[in-house]
Order: sequence, then structure tokens, then C-alpha cells
Amino acid sequence: MFRNQYDTDVTTWSPAGRLFQVEYAMEAVKQGAAAVGLRSTSHVVLATVNKAASDLSSHQRKVFKIDDHIGVAIAGLTADGRVLSRYLRNECINHSFVYESPLPVSRLVVRLADKAQVCTQRSWKRPFGVGLLVAGLDETGAHLYYNCPSGNYFEYQAFAIGSRSQAAKTFMERRFEAFNGYSRDELIKDALFAIKETLQGEKLTSSICTVAVVGIDEPFHMLDQKIIQEVIDSIEIKEDDAAAATAAADQAPMQEEDKSSEAAPMDI
Amino acid sequence: MALRRDWVYENNGGTCVAIAGSDYCVIAADTRLSVGYSIYTRDYSKICKLADKCVMASSGFQGDLKALQKNLAARHLIYQHQHNKQMSCPAMAQLLSNTLYYKRFFPYYTFNILGGLDSDGKGCVFTYDAVGSYERVGYSAQGTGAGLIIPVLDNQLKSPSPLLLPAKDAVTPLLESEAVDLVKDVFASATERDIYTGDKVEIVVINASGIRQELMELRKD
Repeated sequence: MFRNQYDTDVTTWSPAGRLFQVEYAMEAVKQGAAAVGLRSTSHVVLATVNKAASDLSSHQRKVFKIDDHIGVAIAGLTADGRVLSRYLRNECINHSFVYESPLPVSRLVVRLADKAQVCTQRSWKRPFGVGLLVAGLDETGAHLYYNCPSGNYFEYQAFAIGSRSQAAKTFMERRFEAFNGYSRDELIKDALFAIKETLQGEKLTSSICTVAVVGIDEPFHMLDQKIIQEVIDSIEIKEDDAAAATAAADQAPMQEEDKSSEAAPMDI
Repeated sequence: MALRRDWVYENNGGTCVAIAGSDYCVIAADTRLSVGYSIYTRDYSKICKLADKCVMASSGFQGDLKALQKNLAARHLIYQHQHNKQMSCPAMAQLLSNTLYYKRFFPYYTFNILGGLDSDGKGCVFTYDAVGSYERVGYSAQGTGAGLIIPVLDNQLKSPSPLLLPAKDAVTPLLESEAVDLVKDVFASATERDIYTGDKVEIVVINASGIRQELMELRKD
């Protein structure tokens, strides 16, 4: 990605039919700390890596409860994420007030996507610099969506965004077919495994990650640090046992960015 | 005399009572919904839980009450998102007052009582008029049977009269069980003479261990 004469404002097309400002906004998402989401038929789990600006400061909040049945994890400009969370909460409250029922997840992501699209077509605005993983439950079941700054949204069985997310995606690509049958605890374990992949060597502790769950009969909430640490400990024990057995573990090529798919990513 | 055809309110009758104790609060309301000389239903709850330690009971026009409850519940959700905690009873009291005054020139036709525990765990009761004027008191009654109940409470609660100045904290020294018994007695008495009060009384008690609810039968005539 290099600078060119078509990237000054978002209302200028390039000759190749690209909006560079929007793509640069998606770059901002890739720079943020990792966030992963996994879905089964009854539960959705979100997990994020909490980067602190320094040892003296607190961690940034990357997971937000939107309503009892919906939560989001963000990557990118957290300030933009906070503002969008406020918008999403408002939408849910207004819908509940008028219709006395929870806002279906698919409708919420459409509204969010439309809001993002507006910022790609106004000369006095800039695209949001944040990607959101929207996890929710409604009458049609469990859902996980990814909303990007371009205004596009996709539904996923599992997805990862942010820096080094390709490692987590590769990990989940091998296992996602089984996710629908996973229990709640297996889903949480795999989410932490995926986060571990993005750390690439750094030690996984409950203090640097946040895990949140939503499920049938389980309103969206963040898991206690103690519980997360217990799951992490059980992962480490299993890994120590498995390390001896699989000495030549298959190392899937870890790519920081999938360069081949960067040509016009909005065509996805 | 011109015929007025824009009267948009209705009085659904009923009575509410609340009593504050040193570590509890009792809120009660009958469950009869009437219009004119008819009864619409014998089983309508006028009590709404707004927050963990805050409950509202209102008599008057139940259509406006439903709208008011929904409004406050939505506002409470916003508060929880912003502050990461539940609203305290005094905070909810101010919110209710502002919400009512917002419609000063097309009021909510509701006569409200707010009851709960304040941040120190002491019982608190707030009583309102239709446009938001409110006051913290030790006990209150609103609705069609209020006139029959308040004098009895003045006499039986053994708390300093709220009518004396300087304003003294009128929380009753009675035990929780005594207060609940008194509430049952005053409702039974009001039911005798007030046609709009009767069927059942819903009694909600808030204390440190949470909220519990009980129903007592009243005369059905």
C-alpha cells in the first residue's frame, strides 16, 4: 500500500475503482489488538487481547455489552468503537421500547453497516476506524457478524480481526466445522486457544485477555478473570502433555497479512 | 355549554401505599382496574420494579403509567450502560420528577409513590403529584383510597408527623412484620368504603436480602 494521488479524500475514486480512504480505514483495524469470535448453535464467545499503552496505565475496553442478547468486540480505534457501541445500545433500547422484544441481530448489523456507509460517501466525514465483531442471540439462533469500516458486514462461524489475527484464523479454519456441536466450555477453550495463537510466544494470562459469552438462557456478560485463568491453566496442562506426542507439530504458515486478497478487499 | 370532546384521560382508580422503615421498605397497591362504575379486571399490577432497590407504585390513568414505566426503564438501562451500576433510589426519584415535569403541559395522569432503600440501606419513600413535585417522606398513600388511609397511618406508625416543621426524618420504628400487618389492615379498611379499591392487594417488601412479594385477598364488591 503506497500513497497515490487518489487517496486524499473518501469521495474520490481511483481509476481501478477503489476508495483508498476506506481501505486505509480497514488498515487501522488490522493495527488494533486482536479480537476473535466463535459461534455454536447455542452460544457465541468473544475474546480479545487487552493491550495496555504502558505498564502504568489500565487496559482499553474492547468488549461492550449492547443488550442482554448482544455484545461486541472491537479492533482498531477504540474511541470510534465506544461511540458506535453507544449508537448500538440506543438502537436496542428504542426497539425494545416500541416493540417490547429484543432487536434481532441481523437488523442491528444492517443499521450499523448503513451508518458506516454514510461515512464513505460524505466529503466532510471520515470512515470509522474500527471493526466490530457482533455476537448475539435471537429467535433465529446464535449469530456472529463482522462489520467493517467499508459498510460491509458478513456472518461468520468464527472470525478474528486485528493484529496477528491470521494466526487465529488459520487455527480456527482447521476446526470450525465442529463448532456447531461444541458445548459452551469447549467454545471458550477454543477462543482462548485462538487468542493464544495471536500472541505468538507471549504468555497467555487472564490479565491480558477478556472473554465474553452470550447464549440461550445466558445474557451477554464478561467472564470473571478467575474463571478465565482456570481455563488457561487447563489448556497449558493439556499442551504440556501433547508437546511430547506431537514434536513435529504442523506449523501452518503464519502470515501477518493476506497480501493476495488486498486487491479491492471490498469486493469480498 | 359546549361539549368537550378532547378529554384524553381516564381514572382507573385504585390505591397505593408505601412505608419506610429503618432497614426495609413496604410498597403496596390494590389490583383492581376500574372505569366509571365498572371493573375492567381484578388482577392488574400497579407496581413496577425500576431498579435493584427501587420500586414504583402509581394510581391514576394506567395507560400513562405503562408509558411512564417504560420510559423510566429505558432511561435506567442507559444509566447502567454509562455508569456500570444500578441507579440509587434518590437518583431514580429525581429522574421521575424530571420526567413528570417534562410533560408539565400535557401531564402523565399518574399519582406516584417511589419506595426503596437509599445508599445507606435505610428505607425511603418519595411521594409525587402528577407534574413531578416530590418530597422524601416516611410513608405515603396515593389514589382513591388515600384519604381513608393517611389518617390511620398518621396515627399508627409511631413516627414523627411529616406535617411538623422542622422536617424530621419520618422513618417508622416499627418492625417489618408490623408494618406489613398495618398495610394489610389499612387496605382492608379502605376496601370497605372505597368502591375503587378491592380484589387483591399486592405487597412488595424491599430489604437488604432483596425483594419479596405477597398477595392478600380483599373484598370483591
